Amino acid sequence: MDALLEVREVSKSFDGLVALAEVTLCIHPGQIKGLIGPNGAGKTTLFNLIAGTLVPTAGDIRFRGQSIVGLPPYRIAHLGISRTFQNVQIFPGMTVLEHVLVGLHRYTLSGVLAAAARTRRIKGTEAALRERACALLDKLGLAAWADTPVDSLPFGLQRMVELARALATSPQLLLLDEPGAGLNPTEKAAVSQLIRKIRDEGVTVFLVEHDMQMMMGLADEVAVLDHGMLLAEGPPVEVQRDPQVIAAYLGEADDVA
Amino acid sequence: MRKGSPDTWAFAGAVGVVLLLGWLELRRPGGVSIARISGGLLTIDLLIRAGIFTIILVGLNLLMGYAGQVSLGQAAFYGMGAYFSAILTVKAAVLGISPAVARAWWWPWFVMGGAAVLVGVFSFLIGWVILRLRGHYLAMATLGLGIMVYIVLRENLGIPQLNLTGGFDGIVDIPRLHLGAFALWPESRYYFLVWAVALATIVLGLNVVHSPVGRALRAIHGSEAAAESVGIVVPLLKAQIFALSASLASLAGSLYAHFQAAVVPDTFGFVPSLELVVMSAIGGMASIWGAPLGVLAVLLIQELLRTHVLGLIPAVTAEMEPVIFGALLVLIMMFWPGGLVSSRRRRPVWGER
Ligand SMILES: Nc1ncnc2c1ncn2[C@@H]1O[C@H](COP(=O)(O)OP(=O)(O)OP(=O)(O)O)[C@@H](O)[C@H]1O
Ligand SMILES: [Mg+2]
Repeated sequence: MDALLEVREVSKSFDGLVALAEVTLCIHPGQIKGLIGPNGAGKTTLFNLIAGTLVPTAGDIRFRGQSIVGLPPYRIAHLGISRTFQNVQIFPGMTVLEHVLVGLHRYTLSGVLAAAARTRRIKGTEAALRERACALLDKLGLAAWADTPVDSLPFGLQRMVELARALATSPQLLLLDEPGAGLNPTEKAAVSQLIRKIRDEGVTVFLVEHDMQMMMGLADEVAVLDHGMLLAEGPPVEVQRDPQVIAAYLGEADDVA
Repeated sequence: MRKGSPDTWAFAGAVGVVLLLGWLELRRPGGVSIARISGGLLTIDLLIRAGIFTIILVGLNLLMGYAGQVSLGQAAFYGMGAYFSAILTVKAAVLGISPAVARAWWWPWFVMGGAAVLVGVFSFLIGWVILRLRGHYLAMATLGLGIMVYIVLRENLGIPQLNLTGGFDGIVDIPRLHLGAFALWPESRYYFLVWAVALATIVLGLNVVHSPVGRALRAIHGSEAAAESVGIVVPLLKAQIFALSASLASLAGSLYAHFQAAVVPDTFGFVPSLELVVMSAIGGMASIWGAPLGVLAVLLIQELLRTHVLGLIPAVTAEMEPVIFGALLVLIMMFWPGGLVSSRRRRPVWGER
């Protein structure tokens, strides 16, 4: 099976600091792929490279066979990659429904002049979009908060709204950066279940998660990064037993101590 | 505008006020004029200027309050519109435009529209280049542009032989506007034209705000990274709004030129650009209705300062006006960050990011 996303010998350095060193990995359609590694290993950097927020220093990233290196984030979003952020990025003052509507923006295709004239077409698509947004909120169990400003919601729900916004773009590949961080065990279980449901509907998922238990229950395959290098890759149980991986995490524990 | 929304009622109210004031001025029933009932504070002149500034402010609020991009040179676009209109009507002969065209009633309108389009295209190109960079590059660039345009106007576009801009002295004898044979003058008539355009601009602004574009603009303001991540073409949208705001400023400039019948470069320098930002902040940037409110508030305060305060304190000269405005802006930002239209009043929080 052809890979949906190929990361080929990708490196990234920040003023001499090597955040990623020749990382190569593949994500196949329909997978839930995990990415783990100690703090500062370069996980978020890899996500930023895939999403176009950062440009690699070397190497190639291919999505459905096409190189996406150097494309701006919005072009990559148009191609079908969507993401959530490790530090939630919400739009203060905007409601849950509005967040999802922003996620649906690529289906509005309206310029400023058409908007200023408030053409009939704009009014028409707006009604259809609202319906679509509400359906998505229903599915994610967010309907009750549709008209609540997102900044007044608890953190766990803010993460859900981010997920809803990302899903609204109808992505083929969803990048989730620590979807479980800051959630309690019940919330984590709900998020896990949701991620599985999303995958079952045909969306490929690439996720970073520090909670090993959550990761092991979710991922079909896990890649391990340490100091910007790919340490191991494989089914979760195998990776968990890999001596190098254990050493990396113990090393981190030593650093902390 | 959406039928039945609060904006519709506000708009109906605004139309009512505009018509009432215009009718008072036009008819003066029983000798009652606006100036008389307001103790000389509200004059037709002030109301016309308010209309002209409202047109600029709607654009500026879309740019600053919604898209979150600061322009410190909006008066430059205002000046471009004014000088386009002034030069192409007064100095048409120098430019080789046939008198038959230059004297036609539609010529000033054509220039006004053409200037707005040209300024829009020009600013779109600038915006497209600058707005790809993150941060406050637009503020810097517009600041530079404002100073440049001011100097170019003052220095006769660098071609003193033609004396197109008239240098420091500017251009006088700019013709009034006509619709066919009907003169849009005296002021009581011009008032209706200016406010018709201002109200149309408000509708346009409200339409943008309540469209997917308005939502996208607020999203950009909230988190550019997140807005881009869902496929909003952030630099394009910002450049479009920047161009729209510049176009509106140009349109206002043309209306100003035909109102004052004279233009001088000082009207379009750095201080006027700052005044526009102050109006925007006082009215409430993140609101279309903040535009007329901010304009009226500032014009009335200026008027009060001139007539009542500055005269009473001999040591305080007109030079003090910008200082007082600066202080006012700081106070508003501290205690009333949302501006007049915002109900959200807050205490200053020191050290808040
Ligand atoms: N924009 C940047 N500029 C400079 N250095 C950066 C930048 N982004 C990341 N880094 C550095 O790159 C390294 C990898 O960071 P990254 O955020 O990718 O780690 P991570 O694996 O996501 O860690 P965590 O688990 O803490 O989220 C770190 O040393 C970090 O300081
Ligand atoms: Mg990270």
